[in-house]
Amino acid sequence: MGEPEITPPVHADQQPTIDSGHLAPKFQVLQKKHPLAIRWFHWINFPVLFIMIWSGVLIYWANDVYGIFGFHFFPDSWYKRFGWDSRLAEGMAWHFTFMWVFSINGLLYVLYLLLSGEWRQFVPDRKSLKQAIQVVLHDLYLSKRSLPRQKFNGAQKFAYTGIIFMGFGSLVTGLAIFRPLQLPWLTALLGGYEFARILHFILMLSFCAFFLVHVAQVVKAGWNNFRAMVTGYEMAPADEEGL
Amino acid sequence: MDEKNLTDEQKMRRISRRSFVWALISVFGAYGGIRFITSRSQDMGVPWPLRRSLDFTDSLSKDLVQKNTPEFKNQKLTKPVRVNSDIGQGDATREDYAFTISGAGADDIKVSMVELLKMPKTTQVTEFHCIEGWTQTVEWTGVRLSDVMTKYPVMMADGSKVLPGHEGFSKYVGMETADGAYYVGLDMESAMHPQTMLCYEMNGEALPDEHGGPLRLVIPVKYGVKNIKWVGSMTYADDRPKDYWAEQGYDWFAGL
Repeated sequence: MGEPEITPPVHADQQPTIDSGHLAPKFQVLQKKHPLAIRWFHWINFPVLFIMIWSGVLIYWANDVYGIFGFHFFPDSWYKRFGWDSRLAEGMAWHFTFMWVFSINGLLYVLYLLLSGEWRQFVPDRKSLKQAIQVVLHDLYLSKRSLPRQKFNGAQKFAYTGIIFMGFGSLVTGLAIFRPLQLPWLTALLGGYEFARILHFILMLSFCAFFLVHVAQVVKAGWNNFRAMVTGYEMAPADEEGL
Repeated sequence: MDEKNLTDEQKMRRISRRSFVWALISVFGAYGGIRFITSRSQDMGVPWPLRRSLDFTDSLSKDLVQKNTPEFKNQKLTKPVRVNSDIGQGDATREDYAFTISGAGADDIKVSMVELLKMPKTTQVTEFHCIEGWTQTVEWTGVRLSDVMTKYPVMMADGSKVLPGHEGFSKYVGMETADGAYYVGLDMESAMHPQTMLCYEMNGEALPDEHGGPLRLVIPVKYGVKNIKWVGSMTYADDRPKDYWAEQGYDWFAGL
């Protein structure tokens, strides 16, 4: 109607007027990212998983028979250096105490995902595999194609769904070697006592690998992303509000 | 200031401040929780909160003790059978060996090997799980502990008998080597388990000295630590008997 164009105010309640994205810098708006429940489940799990792995290594020391490609889990120098040796009883006491916290926290997390519908954000879909490959190539600096901005990309969907199965795997293989005579069907299902123990150990290594990649990605993603896991909110470009 | 008039950046700062204060409190809380556990007084080798949790898990396990643990009749026996400990071997020779039962009456009962050998003989192939994490398949032959306990029941002052499993019989069984260096405690359900035996033959031969000869306990529902070798005495007890490894931080029940 011949009125002069108004510059959009920097305010959350108002949708910005059309911004093609290549002119002025986009202004940032506050946006909800992670629900409170998920943040609690996540941050409770972090120290608990650490205790489970640490105490698990104290137990494993008593019969440390595994190795691969000439590498022995674990070299004697590691046990000495980290004080992991001769603490079997202590390891069992911690492991069989915090297994309750680990299991209950994990089960409540899965229950929450199912009931709240949040699971939809985590489960990979048809596009996820292609996208996951793209993400991996990008993160290894093998591809320069920029990634689409979204809450969880394909690689994350696989990782965060996978970690739930890993947790479940640790629980059932753990039970199979914790009570092989009271749950003989479970132990048999998992290939017997020895094999279930190997699976339990491999899952522990997988958790360690997950942890390393996860932390590296968090560092790479930066403060805004990390802050969202604590506060629940992130600052996002305005035109992607409600992503 | 009115919340409505804040810019998004200001709101974010406000939310962050609140959340990170909570995060800090949680970190201190978690650290305090761990410090609380580690600084508690020791109860049999571990801080008492951990001991309570072990006992709690045991109390659940107790009800789950199975009728029979799997047998492995067709499985290859592990040879040679690993010798992991000589605690309690002492200097006693086979010739002067005797098995004593206490708590069955006013006097202790001495049971000779000859008497035990005359009782019904049973053979089983079971897995022996060490608490360290290794497993062996072994054939054991001996006499069921439930048969021994039934043969030597609790004699009351008025001359009446109380059989195991009945009201008035003890709740626990304690066992010790002749030299007293090694000892275990058993709950009655596990002691009465049909696969729990006083064993005198291993893999078809007389039980070798280093494996506890002439007499040892075989209790497949428990970790190896409860399978006491060179067993010299058994006590019917109403209080939880002392247990060598439980005193050093392991859980008392040690069930599988």
